[in-house]
Amino acid sequence: MAHAQTQARAPTFFDQVVAATPGDARLQFCIQCGTCGGSCPSGADMDHTPRALFAMINAGMVEQVLRSNTPWYCVSCYYCMVRCPQEVHITDLMYTLKRLSIKEGYYKESTGKEAKDFSQTFIYFVENYGRSFELGLATAHHLSHHPIDTVKIAPMAMGMMRRGRLDLKPKMIKQIDSLKAILAKAKELEAEDEI
Amino acid sequence: MKYSYYPGCSLEKNAAAYNISTMAVAKPLGIEFDELDDWNCCGATEYIALNKMAAYTLVARNLVLAKQKGVDQHLVAPCSACFLNLSKAESYLAEDQALAQKVNVALGAGGLYYDERRLRVRHLLDIIVNDVGYDAIAAKVVKPLKGLRIAPYYGCLIVRPAFQGVFDDHEQPQTLDKLMKTLGAKVIDFPLKANCCGGHMTQISEPVAMDLINRILKNAMDYEADLIVTLCPMCQLNLDAYQENVNRFYKTNYHLPVLYFTQMIGLALGMSAQELGIGKELVDARPALAKIGVEVPEPEAPKKKRPSKEELPMPGMRKEE
Repeated sequence: MAHAQTQARAPTFFDQVVAATPGDARLQFCIQCGTCGGSCPSGADMDHTPRALFAMINAGMVEQVLRSNTPWYCVSCYYCMVRCPQEVHITDLMYTLKRLSIKEGYYKESTGKEAKDFSQTFIYFVENYGRSFELGLATAHHLSHHPIDTVKIAPMAMGMMRRGRLDLKPKMIKQIDSLKAILAKAKELEAEDEI
Repeated sequence: MKYSYYPGCSLEKNAAAYNISTMAVAKPLGIEFDELDDWNCCGATEYIALNKMAAYTLVARNLVLAKQKGVDQHLVAPCSACFLNLSKAESYLAEDQALAQKVNVALGAGGLYYDERRLRVRHLLDIIVNDVGYDAIAAKVVKPLKGLRIAPYYGCLIVRPAFQGVFDDHEQPQTLDKLMKTLGAKVIDFPLKANCCGGHMTQISEPVAMDLINRILKNAMDYEADLIVTLCPMCQLNLDAYQENVNRFYKTNYHLPVLYFTQMIGLALGMSAQELGIGKELVDARPALAKIGVEVPEPEAPKKKRPSKEELPMPGMRKEE
């Protein structure tokens, strides 16, 4: 937050969310107008609209917020963010809630479980090769989450393969060792940062 | 005009057609690309959901590679997600000193340093319409796309939230419309032109993804588009590769080819379909392109495997004599 803390008090959930968000999240300026939820393309599938979620953060409803599927259904389209009259960094706050929900383990109780596993599989290839790897990602994710549906995407995957649009093995960057050292250090710093 | 170039993972394979056509039109448009050496993935929308520091550091490594080439040279990304991540990190690292400091500690583990010189990150469409310019492009058009009804699809991240300044409207952008008109095409009214294609939802929630893709296809169809033109590999993948899934899901009958805007520039400049990677799309673009007299060679048939004598004897049905 841009403002200096004047009172000594234990950090609230609100403080924790703001502190974990890069830049100035501007969450304190939310006026509960609901423009965010109204602009959201996947809003209908969310447990709570972003507006409701922000009120819940303010009320310190940690568990309910972190169990919500709302951040996991955010598609990162940034409509809410450009329409917000108070310029609250809504999309960034959704990413923060995803991270907190993973850290506290609540994501398992929401539909976020699958989204989190998808992110993790995606990042496995990035961390070990420096590049993403679509075939490995899609196969690993589908086989572990909806093996039967793998049949549904098979014709598409074959079409992609035939047109030379799928790599059979991941590409590796030259300085992968250096990248691994960098990311290991970054993760160490992230762990130290946690409140 | 020389730029640093960050192709991003998609352009290496899945969106190879985008990279091929970008390289093909660069020369006639007077653009020189200087690709970053040994760049890494930008983390898409996935890393930030797991680890903030690692996500920003991952992007920062690419920014360092670009700054090594000098900050006078703008960094160009053709993928909207890469463009967003690079411009977002550059802008937040300038704003958030504590974050920048830690990112530097992490980069130090690999002997890199993120300095304070500010770098401009730009999308490919931005440099083509603003630096090359509509007039210069119009002067080079030899084969106007006359008679083709195009739905110009922007998607989200090129116009929202615009971390380094707005280059086109957040909701009703016009640059791609104007560019397609410059090439001689008929641009349809397309109210959902900046709506979301669903991003990674195809992998996470099929109903959500199908709904988002369907809205866009339906809108383009309602306004009788021959094809959709896009500027992002993720959008192309969702609208093209998942179109059959949408047809099955909603019992619709869409047949809307999805091509990259660079492929359309190339066609108008008189290049052949092959030179522009046309034919890699899953929804056949030939019927649409026939309207402007462009011939696309048949997609290569998969090579028949020659029966090998060394093949293991596998049990099977005996062939009828």
